[in-house]
Amino acid sequence: MGAGHGHALHVHGHSPVHRAPAHLKILGLLGFMLLVVATPGHWHSAFGLWLALLLTVVVVARVPFRWLLPRLVVEVPFVVFAVLMPFIAHGPRVDVLGVAVSESGLLAAWTLLAKGTLGVIAGLTLAATTSPPELVRGLERLRLPSALVQIAAFMIRYLEVVADDLRRQNIALASRGFVARDPRHWPVLAKSIGALFIRSYERGERVHLAMLARGYEAVGERPTPSRATPDGFVGKAERRRRAGGPSRHDNAADEPVWGRAAGERPVDHSPGRMPS
Amino acid sequence: MHVPDGFLDAPTSLATGTVAVVGVGLALRGARRELDERTAPLAGLVAAFVFATQMVNFPVGAGTSGHLLGGALAAALVGPWTGVLVMSVVLLVQALLFADGGLTALGTNITLMGLVGVGVGWAVIVLVRALLPRRTSSVVPAAALGAAISVPVAAAAFTALFAVGGVADVPLGAVLTAMIGWHTLIGLGEAVITALVISSVVATRPDLVYAARPLLADRSLEIRTPEAVA
Repeated sequence: MGAGHGHALHVHGHSPVHRAPAHLKILGLLGFMLLVVATPGHWHSAFGLWLALLLTVVVVARVPFRWLLPRLVVEVPFVVFAVLMPFIAHGPRVDVLGVAVSESGLLAAWTLLAKGTLGVIAGLTLAATTSPPELVRGLERLRLPSALVQIAAFMIRYLEVVADDLRRQNIALASRGFVARDPRHWPVLAKSIGALFIRSYERGERVHLAMLARGYEAVGERPTPSRATPDGFVGKAERRRRAGGPSRHDNAADEPVWGRAAGERPVDHSPGRMPS
Repeated sequence: MHVPDGFLDAPTSLATGTVAVVGVGLALRGARRELDERTAPLAGLVAAFVFATQMVNFPVGAGTSGHLLGGALAAALVGPWTGVLVMSVVLLVQALLFADGGLTALGTNITLMGLVGVGVGWAVIVLVRALLPRRTSSVVPAAALGAAISVPVAAAAFTALFAVGGVADVPLGAVLTAMIGWHTLIGLGEAVITALVISSVVATRPDLVYAARPLLADRSLEIRTPEAVA
């Protein structure tokens, strides 16, 4: 479930795992998890091997187990499902502690728990060793469409700002004596979500206007990558050239285009470029 | 609601991954029409909003609480294509930065909560909107019904995937009944919250609600002269 996390899980460190390029870590996680998912449930020793491999990475990355263990709770809803499995599944029954349970259901429950837990530990290790901007760069190196990378970059950049907006609204409600106890209080919470949407949307418009004011242009399908700065901000000389040159109008497609075309240099995700 | 790694077998996960890639590719094309070149900053902020919204706990009683899934809400607020993009990016970031939902199950999660959740929600919204009077307030029941229907439909889609690629030999009829029964309740909660949120936005900024825009164009400026008022 998505509840309860306000900020990214990055744990600062200098281990080889922290230094590894993010796109290799994402590919590594994906490959490892595909192997784990494809492992048949009755290959118990294989799961031992996967766990040993994973724990080696965790130790090398110096991610504290005290940090890791409480965060396994994201699994809980599916643990409940897994625990029910032996009782509802078909097939021959076996006795466990005097209770007849389905043999195939028992195997399925074990498989779900083993694979799910390996997945959460591996995912947490990636999150702990990779900072959000590195992750965005990694996605870009993996050739994720640039529009998606940009949306993810903006989301990550403004996540804390929007979460802070929400926190301030909650403080304002609490200071007026509001405590959400039962569904009768939903209208108040929903109004605060509505206000949060308007604030977020208007912030998005302001961010876009401020970007335009700093020379951002929706770069066309035929951009001049050598002159435009990496993230679509166009330099003064280039703006002058475009304003005067004939190339401006033959390039003006009716269809709006993304702020950056494929094949250019990666976006600079360093903070401080964007207004808030 | 986030499916973890290993819940569905590898072939099914790869298949849903392919469906998700095609769906998000279509959404990328469609979203350009909905938001033009402002897409990146606006969709990014809306994604941050959906993420923050999922942190708001709605008390149900007896110490339990739930949170919004937001598929139908996103569809009503920013349109279906941008909605799919926003939900997909939220799920991607949750999988990579918060280990919430497995990376191999990302395709499944995007298919269920992004494509099915937003798509079904939007289809219902358009249908209901066409049946109701052409007023901006008609968007509220439309979005509520969209939320109420999209959640159990996504649960049914999950059950179908589980029937194909599930790892256990469980009676599917029972799973389907339990999943749909439970998610109909969740869908009702989602419907109430979605309606309340949409009605609060429609009351103040109807121009920001994508589903209300065609209705907004119908309104004309009414000029009241003193004689007419008297």
